[in-house]
Amino acid sequence: MSADRTTPAVDVAGLTHRFGRRYALDGCSFTVPAGAVTALVGRNGAGKSTLLRTAAGLLRPDTGAVRVFGEPAGDATLPRIGYVGQQAPLYPMLTVAQTLTLGGRLNPRWDAAYAHRLADDAELPYTAPVGTLAAGHRTRLALILALAKRPGVLLLDEPLAPLDPVARAEMSGTLMADVADRGTTVVLSSHVVADIESLCDHVVVLAEGRVRLTAEVERALTGHLIAVGATEDVTELDDIVEVRTAGRDATALIRSTGPLPSAGGLSWHRPTLEELVLGYLRAPRPRPKRKVTTT
Amino acid sequence: MIFRIDRRTGTAVYVQLMQQVRQAIRMGRLAPGDRLPTAREVAEHAGINPNTVLKAYRELEMAGLVEPRQGSGTYVREHPTVLPDIAGELRRDLAVWAARASAAGLDVRDMQALVAEVMAGTEPTAEETHRVR
Repeated sequence: MSADRTTPAVDVAGLTHRFGRRYALDGCSFTVPAGAVTALVGRNGAGKSTLLRTAAGLLRPDTGAVRVFGEPAGDATLPRIGYVGQQAPLYPMLTVAQTLTLGGRLNPRWDAAYAHRLADDAELPYTAPVGTLAAGHRTRLALILALAKRPGVLLLDEPLAPLDPVARAEMSGTLMADVADRGTTVVLSSHVVADIESLCDHVVVLAEGRVRLTAEVERALTGHLIAVGATEDVTELDDIVEVRTAGRDATALIRSTGPLPSAGGLSWHRPTLEELVLGYLRAPRPRPKRKVTTT
Repeated sequence: MIFRIDRRTGTAVYVQLMQQVRQAIRMGRLAPGDRLPTAREVAEHAGINPNTVLKAYRELEMAGLVEPRQGSGTYVREHPTVLPDIAGELRRDLAVWAARASAAGLDVRDMQALVAEVMAGTEPTAEETHRVR
């Protein structure tokens, strides 16, 4: 890699993009360190796919910019990016073998041996036209193309969703081995918290086109608490991300780096990743800053 | 050594890895001088982030169970300190406590749940206390 480790692999700065009158992205900023595996989490329509396409250089944002290893995302960064969208962009008339050959012609750093090993492992039918493949096989082929390109950054839009459980486990293993071997940076969107838990070390939560949380997973977990107790006590707490009530009891996700409080008539615990992600996904749109005392 | 990751427990993946190495040493499945699988091997086999494996190995190293050897991997130490000296005393304390818990009608699972709760620093909510399971 030409860029040193201190240059972020992906630097998203003030990204805003509208489709008609709807804001798909609304002032998104975050950075992805080189070698990190980042989960991009958000509800349907939160802007994940738009963000990934912008980072891949396939979509020019209205304002803001994405830099990949310090260079503006675009034609210049394409060789260093492996992008797999939800509609894997493959030629339906070509066979699997022809598709891999084409991959070799189009990509200067193509690793043909690696591509064939992965295709063998996936038991892809070499002579079948891509258009006749099952959705899972097509996704697998698209992932193989992205990996054999030997990119510095992989941008994957729900890469595991169309795969069967065996393929999902194999593909996760392949992806993580690539990270171990080459320090590949990965940004992937997913709805499955269990996948995020095992694959990712960083998380970015998007809601309504805005970044709600961007953090290292471990730090995010130790930087929050869950409080459970009587509604009137829980809702009085500071730094609440999200509260849910059930009868007279309430549960709140709270920003706090302190130790577990022991008293106050409430019970406290550290959130699981699922609780943390759900809390941020359900949180109401933040109001303008109104600073309260931090603990 | 093959790691088994349970993705539904909510227990952090690196903690699961550490528990399994401890368990394997305790049961003799890993002997002093044995090499742990590389982060790359575990990452590929279990589909988990290699940094998570390295984190687990670092923590095991700090606990005195394993040692890295330059350029060749991570090995189980000659005299792994699986449990500190105070373990015997703690065990006796626990036996007294377990007998009381047993007399009060708790089974092993109830006791495990209590230990986990105490370690997490949580008390059951009022709702949970009243709920009949």
